[in-house]
Amino acid sequence: MTGKTLLSVQNLTMRFGGLTAIDNLSLNVPDQAITGIIGPNGAGKTTFFNCLTGFYKPTEGAVTLNHPTKGPIRLADLPSHKVAQTAQVVRTFQNIRLFAQMTVLENLVVAQHNALQKASMFSIAGLLRLPGYRKAADEAIERALSWLKRLNLMDIVNVPAGALPYGTQRRVEIARALCVNPLLLCLDEPAAGLNPKESAELNTLLLHLVQEEGVSILLIEHDMSVVMNVSDHICVLNYGRKIAEGTPAEIRVDPNVIKAYLGEDEDDQPVEKAS
Amino acid sequence: MTAIVHAHHTPTLSERLKDASAAAFIALILGIPMIGMTTVDQGGFLAVMTRWPQLALFVGLTFAGRILFSLALETIKRRSQGRKSGKSAASAAEAANAALKRGTKPESVIGWLAVGIAVALPIFFSEDRYIIDIATSVLIYIMLGWGLNVVVGLAGLLDLGYVAFYAVGAYTYALLSTQFGWGFWEALPVAGGLAALFGVLLGWPTLRLRGDYLAIVTLGFGEIIRLLLVNWTELSGGPNGITSIPRPSVFGYAFLPPDTEGSIADLLGIEFSPMHRLLFLYYLILLLALLTNLFVTAMRRLPLGRAWEAVREDEIACKAMGINVTTVKLSAFAIGAMLGGFAGVFFAARQGFISPESFTFSESAIILAIVVLGGMGSQLGVVLAALVLVMLPELGRDFAEYRMLLFGFAMIVIMVWRPGGILANRAPTLIHVPTGDKA
Repeated sequence: MTGKTLLSVQNLTMRFGGLTAIDNLSLNVPDQAITGIIGPNGAGKTTFFNCLTGFYKPTEGAVTLNHPTKGPIRLADLPSHKVAQTAQVVRTFQNIRLFAQMTVLENLVVAQHNALQKASMFSIAGLLRLPGYRKAADEAIERALSWLKRLNLMDIVNVPAGALPYGTQRRVEIARALCVNPLLLCLDEPAAGLNPKESAELNTLLLHLVQEEGVSILLIEHDMSVVMNVSDHICVLNYGRKIAEGTPAEIRVDPNVIKAYLGEDEDDQPVEKAS
Repeated sequence: MTAIVHAHHTPTLSERLKDASAAAFIALILGIPMIGMTTVDQGGFLAVMTRWPQLALFVGLTFAGRILFSLALETIKRRSQGRKSGKSAASAAEAANAALKRGTKPESVIGWLAVGIAVALPIFFSEDRYIIDIATSVLIYIMLGWGLNVVVGLAGLLDLGYVAFYAVGAYTYALLSTQFGWGFWEALPVAGGLAALFGVLLGWPTLRLRGDYLAIVTLGFGEIIRLLLVNWTELSGGPNGITSIPRPSVFGYAFLPPDTEGSIADLLGIEFSPMHRLLFLYYLILLLALLTNLFVTAMRRLPLGRAWEAVREDEIACKAMGINVTTVKLSAFAIGAMLGGFAGVFFAARQGFISPESFTFSESAIILAIVVLGGMGSQLGVVLAALVLVMLPELGRDFAEYRMLLFGFAMIVIMVWRPGGILANRAPTLIHVPTGDKA
């Protein structure tokens, strides 16, 4: 943790007709740290991600990313692809969204589209197979392979992503997001469908990303063994409102959180998510 | 590991024979009315004649063909098996790598064979005008199919108005040549560019549409272009169309009768034959089609081509990866339209006469059927489907009123037999072959 604020959310409100999905949410996301977002189903967690990443235009409020080289960027003003390209805020999805028919390697190369498209000079250099483009293409593949190696996915490089088991697809989606070169990685339930061993591996990976790669992580997760173990900071939502914020130790004993989400039974056994 | 591995079941010899017998039986049933009997005009009335030897030959060929086909299919399947089965990921990757190492892809072998046959065809049928004409038609549809494949097969944008771009290309050449005396080669890029512009024009308002909704709008667009051509008489000649469009020339020399200025026959000192022009047109469209194929295949391996496929797979994920879906879709529309425009220029130059009649919705439907039946995104599939869809009505000419029935029946059979199209396997654009660094 550097102590700096990477993302600041001020008075964010998102309404769909009469329904207020996010109600006046303010939150500071620290730089190079893991921030957990927890709360019951329908609390507005994924809506919050959609507001951050340009998929929804917030009704009110501002989301500002303090980019180390580009200065403050107002995310709500950007279209979703610019959020990833310019602000380097990259997300994964609760219901995995891989390019199903394309192989794992192709998925990871597509994630580097903007750099490659530039190198191919809008396909002209690519069609002529100029050395500049070929070098860039090779580098993109190398980069994809290095993430696959790190995530232990080397044996499925050439397999169509849609044919993989659920847990593996989750990891591929994270690897693909990493290929976009994120400053802030927003993971929407990355541990859903993972077995305990895979969850433990996910923890190691997330900590590694923050400590070694300098990536900041915003994490929506129901699996308490992940959230409580890796988060530096946790924000709890309920009915679109922030009901608590603090370190995992503080959240664990917060009466509001226990009532709304964790459940009265207090022995580290979170209630099973009802889905 | 207790994972269920869907090992591919290799049919035994007896199974193959049984399968081939079934095919031969169907051929027999179909063949009795189609080949076994024919009507002969005997001075005012029709007599039914039987042709049993031909029928026997047909059934025999079906039997042998079915066995050969199942063997060929086997090879293709074995190769794709690795990519399809996700149950055993590691062995799938091995299979894919092994296929790559073997180096011989059945598709590419068939592809080269097809090119060889296409190049050699006029040598055997240089005097048969009918065959050359049909082959030229097939090639036009193949080129259109490859063009539409960019939009529908790769980018996944269902376009029911593709014939509009074909029309734009054809009318651009027709007008430029008859009004301003432009030649074929000068007009080609201009017509392609104009068609691409129309592609963007169609793409822009439909960016937010997908699937059925996009199909309806593109259908409307195709009709708008056709109605414009019918009604804007000053520009397009209305329903009468545009006549005496110049034929393509070779470096200023045209296929004209001897003793005319600029006659190729005179230049080369060969005897004039009207077949020369047809053969030239045949090789011209073959060249254009092959260039289209090279271009589309190359594009597919470039970042833009991969982005087309990614947009087809998941638009929202594309946005999350920082891909500007707008430009990706517009580029697919523009490039698909440009290729359609090129084909249109050739069509106008070949016919010498065009009218809105040639650009009806049924043309769009046939081109789309070629792409869908061939297998979305498959280049070779387009060739096979174009052969089937263009040749079938021709073969059925002998029993005129039933030919559309046969046509429809064939389409249903293909869709039941292979729901994803004749060649439904997607070939990856990248395959990583592990080098010695890791076992």
